[in-house]
Amino acid sequence: MLITIFYAFISVASLGAVFGIGLAIAARYLHVKKDEKLVSLEEAMPGYNCGACGFAGCSSYAEAIFEGNAEDLTLCAPGAAETAHKLADIMGVTVEVPAEKMVAQVHCRGGKENASVAFDYKGISDCNAASIYFQGEKVCKYGCLGYGSCMKVCPVDAIYYDNEGLVWIDRDKCIACGKCIDVCPTGVIKMIPYSADYIVACNSNDKGAVVRKACKVGCIGCKMCDKQSPEGGYIIEDFLATIDYSKDGDRAAGAEKCPAKCIKKL
Amino acid sequence: MTYISIIITYVFISNLILTQFLGMCPFIGVSKNVESAVGMGFAVTFVMAIASLTTWAIQYFVLVPLHIEFLQTITFILVIASLVQFVEMVIQKVAPPLYKALGIFLPLITTNCAVLGIALIVVRSGYNAMESFLGGVAAGLGFLLAILIMSTIRERLDTERIPRAIKGIPIAFIAAGLMALAFMAFDKALLKNLLG
Repeated sequence: MLITIFYAFISVASLGAVFGIGLAIAARYLHVKKDEKLVSLEEAMPGYNCGACGFAGCSSYAEAIFEGNAEDLTLCAPGAAETAHKLADIMGVTVEVPAEKMVAQVHCRGGKENASVAFDYKGISDCNAASIYFQGEKVCKYGCLGYGSCMKVCPVDAIYYDNEGLVWIDRDKCIACGKCIDVCPTGVIKMIPYSADYIVACNSNDKGAVVRKACKVGCIGCKMCDKQSPEGGYIIEDFLATIDYSKDGDRAAGAEKCPAKCIKKL
Repeated sequence: MTYISIIITYVFISNLILTQFLGMCPFIGVSKNVESAVGMGFAVTFVMAIASLTTWAIQYFVLVPLHIEFLQTITFILVIASLVQFVEMVIQKVAPPLYKALGIFLPLITTNCAVLGIALIVVRSGYNAMESFLGGVAAGLGFLLAILIMSTIRERLDTERIPRAIKGIPIAFIAAGLMALAFMAFDKALLKNLLG
C-alpha cells in the first residue's frame, strides 16, 4: 500500500518535472522576439480589453497601430488623452485629442414611487427581455427599466443601484467604453462630459400632459429652465430639455425652478 | 488490415464529435469559417497523434510496471497540457498567421476532452504503439472532417434567412444534431462488409 503511494508520488512528480523543464527549454529556443516598439505600445494601453476602440482588445489595437492599420491614435476611450499622447510619443507623431473625457450616465430618475406602471412584469430579470413585452412595464417607454442589464456588461463595475434603488453610473469608474449604451433597449444611457455639473435626468419625448401622467419626475418641456438660466445652455427639443455643455453659464437657477425636479446636480 | 479498420472506425464509425460528443467546444467555437476550422482540425490532429503515442508509452513503461494504472487520467492530462503548450510555441514560431487565427482555442485544446478521450480509448482498447498512434491520427482526422463539414454549413447558413430566435449558435447545434444522425449510418456492420 505504502509503496504504491510512494510510486504514485514519485512518478507524477518526476513526470511533472520532466515536462516542466522540457517546456522551459523549448520556451527558450522557440522564443518569438517581439519588436520593442510593439511591447511599449502594449504597455501604454490601459489594459481593460473593453473593445471600445473597435479592435478585439488592447494588444490587437497595439498591433494594428504598429502595423499601420490603425491611423487614429485617439480611439482608446478609457485612456482618453493620456493614452493617446503616450501612443503618439511612441510612434513619433503628434495628435489632436478632444480635451474633455466623456462618461456615460443614466438619464432617468423614475423609480417605483415616481413612475406609474402599466402592468406587473414577472419575467426574466433582464432589460431586453422586459422590453419585448410592450417595451417594459412602465407607462413611460423612454425611461430606465431598472433590471440592470448594463451592470452585467460593464467591464469595470461602474454601474450600481444608488440609495434610491435607481440605476446610476459612477463617473470616476466609467471608462466610456459604450457597452452599456449598446445593451440598453431604451437608449436612456447617454454620454456626458466628465465635468458636467447638472443633467436633465429624463429621456421622454412625450408631450407634457402625457409625461405628467406617466412619471412625477419627467421633463414636460416647459422651458422654465431656459428662462431662468438663459446662459446655462438648456435646449428644449421634442418636449425634452437637454444641456449644451459647451456653454458654461449658470445652470443652478434653472434646475431650482424645474417644476418636475428632473434636473439633477451631479 | 487492423490499421485500415482503426482508421475507418475513428474517422467514421465512432467519430469523436458526431457519435461520442466529445470536444464540442472547439467544434462550435471555431467552425465559423473554413480557414480557421481547418487550422484547428490539423492542430487537434497533431496533438492527438502525439498525445496518444506518448500516453501509450507512459501507460506501458511507467504506470503498468509500477501498478499505478489508477493515475491514468491525471498523468494523461499532464502530458496533454504540456504537449499543447509545446505545440502552441511551435505554431507561434513557425506559422504566426495560423497562431493568430486559432487565437484562444489553441490553449483550449488543453481542456479539449476529445484529446484526453482518444488517449484513454486507445489505451483501454489494448492497442500497440503503432495502433495507438494511428488511432490518434484517425480520431484527429475524424475531428477535422466533422469541423470542416460544420464550417462549410455555417458559412452557407450565414447568408440564409433564418428565424431570429435560432440564428447563430442554436441553428449550428441543430445542424450538428442532423449531422450526428447522418453519421449513424456508419456502424460496425459497414466495417464488416468492407473488410469481410
